Amino acid sequence: MLKWSGVKGGVHPDTHKDRSAALKIVQASLPDCVILPLRQHAGADAIPLVKPGDSVLKGQLIAAAGTEVSAPVHASTSGRVRKIGPVQAPHPSGLAADAIVIESDGDDRWIDLDMPDDPFSQAPMELAERVARAGIVGMGGAIFPAAVKLKQGARHEIKTVLVNGSECEPYLTTDDRLMRERAEQIVDGARLIQHILRAYRIVIAIEDNKSEAIAAMRAAAEPFGAIEVEVTPTLYPMGSAKQLIQEITGHEVPAEGRSTSVGVLVHNVGTVYAIQQALRFGRPLISRVVTVAGGCIKSPRNVETVIGAPVQHLIDACGGLTDEPAQLLLGGPMMGVTLPSTQVPVIKGATGVLALQRREVSRATESPCIRCARCVQACPMGLLPLEMARRAKVDDLDGADAAGLKDCILCGSCAYVCPSHIPLVQYFQYAMGEQDARKNAARKNDYTRMLMDARNARLEKEVAAKAAAKAAKKSRASSTSESAP
Amino acid sequence: MTPRSSPHAHAGSSVNRIMLDVCLALIPCTSVGFYLFGWPAAYLWLVTCAAAVATEIVCLQLRGRPVNTVLDGSALLTGWLIALTLPPWAPWWIGVGGSLFAIAIGKQLYGGVGMNLFNPAMLARVGLLIAFPLQMTTWIQPLPLAGLTYPDALEGLRITFEPATRIDGYTGATALGELKTALTLKQTAPDILAEHFVWWQSLFGLHAGSLGETSELLVLLGAAWLLWRRIISWEIPVALLLTLAMLATVASIVNPLQQAGPLFHLTSGGVLLGAFFIATDPVTSPISRTAKLLFGAGCAVVIFVVRVWGGFPEAVGFAVLFMNALTPLLDTAFKPRVYGRTHRGKPLPVTHAKVVVNHGRKS
Ligand code: SF4
Ligand code: SF4
Repeated sequence: MLKWSGVKGGVHPDTHKDRSAALKIVQASLPDCVILPLRQHAGADAIPLVKPGDSVLKGQLIAAAGTEVSAPVHASTSGRVRKIGPVQAPHPSGLAADAIVIESDGDDRWIDLDMPDDPFSQAPMELAERVARAGIVGMGGAIFPAAVKLKQGARHEIKTVLVNGSECEPYLTTDDRLMRERAEQIVDGARLIQHILRAYRIVIAIEDNKSEAIAAMRAAAEPFGAIEVEVTPTLYPMGSAKQLIQEITGHEVPAEGRSTSVGVLVHNVGTVYAIQQALRFGRPLISRVVTVAGGCIKSPRNVETVIGAPVQHLIDACGGLTDEPAQLLLGGPMMGVTLPSTQVPVIKGATGVLALQRREVSRATESPCIRCARCVQACPMGLLPLEMARRAKVDDLDGADAAGLKDCILCGSCAYVCPSHIPLVQYFQYAMGEQDARKNAARKNDYTRMLMDARNARLEKEVAAKAAAKAAKKSRASSTSESAP
Repeated sequence: MTPRSSPHAHAGSSVNRIMLDVCLALIPCTSVGFYLFGWPAAYLWLVTCAAAVATEIVCLQLRGRPVNTVLDGSALLTGWLIALTLPPWAPWWIGVGGSLFAIAIGKQLYGGVGMNLFNPAMLARVGLLIAFPLQMTTWIQPLPLAGLTYPDALEGLRITFEPATRIDGYTGATALGELKTALTLKQTAPDILAEHFVWWQSLFGLHAGSLGETSELLVLLGAAWLLWRRIISWEIPVALLLTLAMLATVASIVNPLQQAGPLFHLTSGGVLLGAFFIATDPVTSPISRTAKLLFGAGCAVVIFVVRVWGGFPEAVGFAVLFMNALTPLLDTAFKPRVYGRTHRGKPLPVTHAKVVVNHGRKS
């Protein structure tokens, strides 16, 4: 499909989806304990509402949203709170993060759910509030609180609710399976979002390599008007919101703007499903579907698991490992992060757990850039990755920004094609981190300067006041002495 | 397991695979060159390539860089390209000197692969042309066509390695050289061409010239391979060839007695080799599409100007070097447009502004 307005650049990595896409979603058994990090979303940590030793029920609110941009955490099974404190986080650094650890009592007993009335008869803001209370975040890996997006969207004229079913990351098939098996719920969820936003239409975008999902979604959308299932070419990163909007609407999201600036709100298929579950049944987000795949997994497939289950538990549900993995990933191979161990928990944004063999991961060493421009051609954002990396390497952060760093979506297309195997994304992440650090330092500096200024001003005032007092005293003294005969 | 940044997958491309592909693309025209010019051509090619690789190894060692970098194949390719632009019976030291200059000065002095401003092979070629004009313009007629007997392997060795060997009986002029000389003798271009230049012969490589500029058809075959393998993109060669054809056409309409016309210009003097294999060198050519088109067109203009008004009949080397110097400028001036921004880098206008009243609540 050649469209002048379509996505520029992009790459075609091997999809590796066949094996896990062929099998139905299976329910994982209940783990002995669940580990629920307080931050599984973009934004501030959630604030614990329970203490060690407390009994909790499945679905019970155990940590409240910290700020406006945050999300609450719910117990994903019933049991007793064992501890609240640092655990190994699903992050490449292996650093600890605060979490609530619940020992399962095996009963998996639900709390009484607040069953809502017909959501279509309720006010949009009330529904958005419910989504917020359910702790739903972007489940395609973006982990931005869904309700914040809905509330922001409600302040704009939204033409299109874009349901993102493109799932362009290799290996991952959660959205594919979800669309095949739960098409009606997804359509229902999309219509609820449409209702919240008063949007004109719904577009469900699916890559052309998922014909069964396309058929299922078409069938489910059939009874309703204003729902289109659009087939997009298979291209990485089609699933990136900006690229998908460009493909579907022909518009580009203005730099430094949001999707809402072009009248679109994008939600991933998994998020839409979770929203439907929350609005129809009052269920908070406590479980999700995860693709467990890679050459080291005995039988790769999609597993529905409670949030907080250790990664190892999911691997066991797929027959275990056949081999020591060369790389263990959370998410897909293009944007996923390495996992420090299999003991880390599955979080809300975990799309996949991949145990890759040596031949599946790139391991060549970096060599100098030959300026072949492949990275430039592959970049879906129209940036100059080679320049960005060159500048980032020498800590020229402003230069890197000028070459495009501020618009980089870290999709990795550039590094994927680089014949010199330059870890471009690593340079970008480094530069972005450095920028953040400097900004924070600057803010801190400003703050200290402010404090200093205030202190100096105060001191000066005090000195002045003292001097004035002294002068006054003196003058008083002299005047008294003068007046004294 | 060391933490490593995403992406964890890779397309599987590599620098040496790219260089290998270019070398593969050069095999057909090089082999025909060997056939046309016999053993001395093969010897010259061999010493030139070997000298390039050896120089690279020595330089890497001196600079304290990993010596296995030589395996990326870039030095071999540079040597090969130099060999292709030399008169096929040039003495060995021409090839060795060229490679030495190209790799040591033209590449490693700049900081190695990817860092050089100028195409090393063209730097060597132009340097040699200025330093050794005689050796660099002693062309050989294609042996089988001129009815000449091949020197045998031993005789060939003497031609390449014994500078005093006389080769008078074999020499001939290139089409460009002939045109230039004849024009100064007040002959008209059409007459000269009618006498000396048959474009299809030129296309098949059946006239005097360097190894790489003779068999144009096989250069095109190699070019097709490079395009198909996506080693090079079309912009530079197409812009170069079209511009050159256009200039030549206009000139021959304006001044038919002095000007040779597009077919002549395109099929002689290594223009095709230059357009597809040399101007497209990624290191020394620009990045964005517009810049590439301008780069190609610029090469063509310089080629044309040098050929028509310049002192040297050979122009491709000058043209490429000249445009190489402009590459950083072109790169700065023509960046691709960034998603969500205008060409000038400002954010695109917002099309859907905030609505003030929605759902009965003010925001
Ligand atoms: S793909 Fe790699 S080698 Fe090619 S220009 Fe980009 S950074 Fe340089
Ligand atoms: S990671 Fe950034 S620079 Fe690289 S292709 Fe993606 S958007 Fe472009």
